[in-house]
Amino acid sequence: MIRILSPVLIGIAALAPLVLPTYFVSVATQILIFAVLAMAVDLLAGFTGRTPLCHGAIFGTSAYVTIYAASVVGWPIGLAMLTGILAATCLAMVFGLLAVRTSGVYFLLLTLALGLIVWGVCLRWTEITGGENGLRAQLREDLGLSTRQLYVAVLVTVLCATAAMWRLVRSPFGLTMRGIKEGEGRMASLGYDVTLHLLIAFTASGFFAGVAGALYAVFNDFASPSIVQLSSSVQGLLMAIVGGVGTLFGGFVGAFVIIAMEQTVSAFTERWPTVLGLTFILMMIFAPEGVVGKARLLLKR
Amino acid sequence: MFQLLNGMTFAALLFVVASGFTLIFGLLRIVNLAHGALYLFGGYVGFTVGGIAGSFVVAAISAMIFVAAAGLVLDRGLLRLVRGGELRQVMLTLGVAFVLNDAGLVIWGGDTLTVPTPEALQGAVVIGSLFYPKFRLFVLAMGIAVFAGLWLLLNKTRLGALIRAGVDDREMVEACGINIKRVFLVTFMLGSALAGLGGVLGGTFLALYPGADAEILVFSLAVVIIGGRGSLVGAATGALLIGLLNTFGQVWFPQLAYFVIFGPMAALLAFRPLGLFGKEA
Repeated sequence: MIRILSPVLIGIAALAPLVLPTYFVSVATQILIFAVLAMAVDLLAGFTGRTPLCHGAIFGTSAYVTIYAASVVGWPIGLAMLTGILAATCLAMVFGLLAVRTSGVYFLLLTLALGLIVWGVCLRWTEITGGENGLRAQLREDLGLSTRQLYVAVLVTVLCATAAMWRLVRSPFGLTMRGIKEGEGRMASLGYDVTLHLLIAFTASGFFAGVAGALYAVFNDFASPSIVQLSSSVQGLLMAIVGGVGTLFGGFVGAFVIIAMEQTVSAFTERWPTVLGLTFILMMIFAPEGVVGKARLLLKR
Repeated sequence: MFQLLNGMTFAALLFVVASGFTLIFGLLRIVNLAHGALYLFGGYVGFTVGGIAGSFVVAAISAMIFVAAAGLVLDRGLLRLVRGGELRQVMLTLGVAFVLNDAGLVIWGGDTLTVPTPEALQGAVVIGSLFYPKFRLFVLAMGIAVFAGLWLLLNKTRLGALIRAGVDDREMVEACGINIKRVFLVTFMLGSALAGLGGVLGGTFLALYPGADAEILVFSLAVVIIGGRGSLVGAATGALLIGLLNTFGQVWFPQLAYFVIFGPMAALLAFRPLGLFGKEA
């Protein structure tokens, strides 16, 4: 029953925004974009056991490069997005080279420091990044897409990215990743090159974060240091955690919950960071396995 | 010479902040990501108290007490609930950092504030042909004093011996019948108080503004990554390295100063993932 119903429900959920008012369509677009970011985080956190805190920076780099290439250099938007994704992938590879030899808290610490460096550069390198003012563009106008058309375009891209990630974690490579999470020493003694696998996983995760960033550039038409700052990485991680680490599709749930909350809270108060912080604290105390994970546990009982 | 002194004084500030950070990290295995927020809060409290009392010493002491109390609440009230899960603890402190920063924004607003320099330390001293601000030299002296104080505490007292033992092997200390939780708490409060002191010092010769917490946090992280977990000498070496690199980096490549810190950190990690003086957890 669930097997028949769930694709139908998902289909309805995916197409529903098309009949809703424009405001909801753009919120739904945002949810889809951040779901990709959350899943990219989950690739590392949930499947290799390495929790990263730099994905906001990778995501933001892609958005910055996309907007810079399209509006300042004047490249076509498709090419600009590809450049953004490429930049994010390369950045992730560099981060990966430095970080994959560590694990646990040290990994978190290191990726956090690396991510903050990107933020510092975006803030200070005013000639290229516009400093605190950020970079503006009219990518969506140039493409001539309405809000609804953009939603469909994003939906298609997101579905492709999701399918790719699903393939990745179900592949033999994905099994190796899980093996590394469960027992790094054993995988190493079985002859697997753990460092190389982690590096590839990190790079792949950065690629998908880059896809999300390039989509965000088109959706938002604006990149400022706030998208590469710590709270952006935290938000990505929180979405992955809320959805449930290691569930992959939980990313959609997490993105939906967090963005819906942000939209609702922002309507009443400017204290969104406080709410975000409190959510984080409460999640860590009461439901570290996430909403999807918690639901699974409760269902099993 | 002028830049060298600038680098050294910045390093002294970094050391004050990062030594607290590395103590907590070393003993409790918690990366207290609220450390930057505690620094900023300490600075803000120092600003307010200094404005009312008109005394820098009172401001510094009350900031330390206030931030140590915040550390107490954080450790007893929240971290206790997730003891054991290290990653959960780290992320919990991250949530706390967000709440604290937002509270700081509500209470003190988004403007740039500076703690007033005490009268005795205003003006400059003449060293040869060089005029140098007195307060910065005072910060340098404070850095050295904190180093000496911590060194004595760690190496010459019972509490210090317990902390060092806890860094090396926590279970063994507990097995010896020591209440390690109390040692944890004292360390946490001491580390927080150092963040508060750093906030007042930094708030005087740098400035306080939303975002200053993240900047000092990345510097502290870099110091600890270079120096290694829980090592006082490591923190001092790391602070000196980062302080000098940052200062000269800003002179030579003003826009890419962050990369200048990043370079040696990356090179070091390639060879010693646990830092210069780090040990296996």
